[in-house]
Amino acid sequence: MSNDANPGNSVHSRDGADAERASRSPFRATLGALLRDRLALTGIIIVTLLVLAALFAPLIAPQNPYDLAQLDIMDNRLPPGSESMSGLYYLIGTDDQGRDLFSAILYGLRTSIIVGISSAAIALVIGASLGLLSAYAGGKTDAILMRIVDIQLSFPAILIALIFLAILGQGVDKIILALVITQWAYYARTIRGSALVERRRSYVDAARSMALPDRSILFRHILPNCLPPLIVVATMRVAYAIMLEATLSFLGIGLPVTEPSLGLLISNGFEYLLSGDYWISFFPGLALLLLIVGINLIGDALRDILNPRREG
Amino acid sequence: MTSPVLSVSNLNTSFLVDGKWMDVVRDVSFDIGAKETVAVVGESGSGKSVTALSIMRLLSENNARLKGEINFGGQNLLDISQQDMQKVRGNRIGMIFQEPMTSLNPVLKIGKQITEVLVRHRGMTQATARAEAIRLLDKVRIPAARSRLDEYPLSFSGGMRQRVVIAIALACSPQLLIADEPTTALDVTIQAQILELIKVLQEEEGMSVLFITHDMGVVAEISDRTVVMYRGEAVETGTTQEIFQHAKHPYTRALLSAVPKLGSMAGTVQPKRFPIVDMKTGEAASVADTADTVEHDKTPILEVKNLVTRFDIKSGFFGRVSGRVHAVENVSFDLREGETLSLVGESGCGKSTTGRSIMRLTEAKSGSITVGGKDVRHAGKSSLLDIRKHMQMIFQDPFESLNPRMRVGEAIAEPIVTHGLAARGEVRKRVADLLTRVGLSPSMADRFPHEFSGGQRQRVCIARALALEPRFIVADESVSALDVSVKAQVINLMLDLQERFKLAYLFISHDMAVVERISHRVAVMYLGEIVEIGSRASVFENPQHPYTKKLMEAVPVPDPARRQIRRISNDEIRSPVRAPDFVAPVRKYDEVSAGHFVQVQ
Repeated sequence: MSNDANPGNSVHSRDGADAERASRSPFRATLGALLRDRLALTGIIIVTLLVLAALFAPLIAPQNPYDLAQLDIMDNRLPPGSESMSGLYYLIGTDDQGRDLFSAILYGLRTSIIVGISSAAIALVIGASLGLLSAYAGGKTDAILMRIVDIQLSFPAILIALIFLAILGQGVDKIILALVITQWAYYARTIRGSALVERRRSYVDAARSMALPDRSILFRHILPNCLPPLIVVATMRVAYAIMLEATLSFLGIGLPVTEPSLGLLISNGFEYLLSGDYWISFFPGLALLLLIVGINLIGDALRDILNPRREG
Repeated sequence: MTSPVLSVSNLNTSFLVDGKWMDVVRDVSFDIGAKETVAVVGESGSGKSVTALSIMRLLSENNARLKGEINFGGQNLLDISQQDMQKVRGNRIGMIFQEPMTSLNPVLKIGKQITEVLVRHRGMTQATARAEAIRLLDKVRIPAARSRLDEYPLSFSGGMRQRVVIAIALACSPQLLIADEPTTALDVTIQAQILELIKVLQEEEGMSVLFITHDMGVVAEISDRTVVMYRGEAVETGTTQEIFQHAKHPYTRALLSAVPKLGSMAGTVQPKRFPIVDMKTGEAASVADTADTVEHDKTPILEVKNLVTRFDIKSGFFGRVSGRVHAVENVSFDLREGETLSLVGESGCGKSTTGRSIMRLTEAKSGSITVGGKDVRHAGKSSLLDIRKHMQMIFQDPFESLNPRMRVGEAIAEPIVTHGLAARGEVRKRVADLLTRVGLSPSMADRFPHEFSGGQRQRVCIARALALEPRFIVADESVSALDVSVKAQVINLMLDLQERFKLAYLFISHDMAVVERISHRVAVMYLGEIVEIGSRASVFENPQHPYTKKLMEAVPVPDPARRQIRRISNDEIRSPVRAPDFVAPVRKYDEVSAGHFVQVQ
């Protein structure tokens, strides 16, 4: 009775439930849970391998697919396992330009991942800031921002991206911009929802009554507590951005031919599919599929782990 | 005593937590005789609710394991199948839960929810079930039962909903009623009604009652025999009289000594600390009297004059004002250095809004608030900052009032750093100092809030409030969510701090017994107005306003010898929502004795 006995044996008390996670930061707890989840671990391994492959593409790839001097048009559309005149082994064949597909995929992954992550990151920063502002300011600011979000969300993302790319033209920077424009609204909507809930909790009142500046209440108190749903959305959105970029490139309005991404590779092989040269589309498609599935596995597991209603 | 209705012997319940079986209830045995009320009392985590759920077999079989014997009507409830158990539940054992707001289905009419049980369990036709439902609602004293059958739960208040839940529990005339904290979520006057109702119904129906509660006052009020639980074990069992007068187990004694008794402060002037009982020996250590801290001669540090706070209720697309919550109406008081003024009242009386208006967490509509000679209501950003250093607030829920993602050291350091109250290098020392001051160890600064118990978190909140060296603290229900023993310690801490730093408290609470213990002066609020204000002695020993009297009568007294017979009233707490054109009446106050004002009706 001399101290506040921690009712450790109680399942009802939140103290008991949290005892297992003692003295670890929420970040490390999440990471730990993620590594224990078998599906998430699979996702992490897939994504890590693909990212590493993309990162070290110049070292791994047998050929630089952008260096026209290294290409031999005579090698075009060789099936997987062929060998070139110069002795280069084409593990998964070549495309219609005589490019080693394996190298092209590695370089294509690079573009896809850069576009996906940077567009998601920029959209996250813009969307999260506007969403936070909207929730904290309330009133007219909130109404105007959220109506813009509504309008934005009522158009299909691909349509907006098509319009912007038609105006802006092609290029990596242009497609990132188009993806940011189509995606920020999701982040804004998500964070506004959780910020509205957090704003009413009494730790925010406590911060206000200590006369902390608004900036610090927003970024040190409210934002960190809104992160869990945001992280989940961001993970899923990276996958979505990569897919959208692939779609746009497939349609021929995303990236220029000089910087082929996975979408462009798929599109290149598309016309040969029916003539039996399946590999030109199939292997880039497989790489894209693995990347998306890997990211989604992580996202799914994160959603379960970060769900406040999760048991235990 | 004839053979018991329910006999629990050597009940063991364990839960699967992260792959390990943890004992939550250990070796608990007790009997409930015919027409007897047995209370199981304990603090959070003592296993009292789990005991009730075990008896009802309502725990998931995947992660809960039950051992022992629960004899009810000649069979061991732990042996029979879930199908057979289904027949026992609801039919022969009724159950009432804590939260009346969620234990009724919001989209089904009240009548439907009662007749459903009657049709299914008692095989009645719709027509007879309806007639029986009316009889049941009459029985739980719901006025105009017939007309209320077709209403939805949302048009019932918390107390009325709890009556409906009781009516459903009674539908099959159970032999045993299990009530799990049925009055905890209710206001004190409503709690008194429900307790009285359960007592009367028990007489009328001749049933036995198992009453789970944390409140010793409620135990004294209702039960014949009492089982005291502590950390999963039944540490003491006996008649309620025995337990209250000759408790043997040290824990029971500690628990009882921490329970504030309304009326026990008669004849004293100063607030009083709670005695601390040694958990091993059960001996109470004597506590020092509190010194007189009130500065009567200086000007008050807080002056509130004619404070009015209203909220518009807007409806429709254009936000037309369709009603107004008169949360605070014409409230005036002052607070001196070293003084504790309590605002008491039931939910919706405006006590919290008053506190929030003073802190400017809510904007008042009119009136003046002066802190240390400075106007709070019209203060600009920079001067408000200055004023806020003088006043701090501690909130009700210690689980909510600390940012879960910030180490407590950071949380305490934040106001110090932001307002430049200490040099960079000194901050850690200041934090350590504050933690020691509230009875925590400085090494705890690196922990996250979830690693603390409720009482410890409240201490952290106090430490953080003290960081700015305020002159007064608004404590909004700050001890209400805590267990009795922890509550007593936090109150002792607050009194210590008051003595050391001449802190003043605006203590907002619904708990009359705690208020009596801690305050110098008391203001009773009802529907946004102060109906009575005066020194603690004058308000508690000579209450004048009928509402004050009613409030005091309703408080359950933790002394079975002083159990009182009440009549069951149906008075509800009125709502402070009014039409937009409502004009608040001008109130006059009578001065009954020096400084004791009562609203003239």
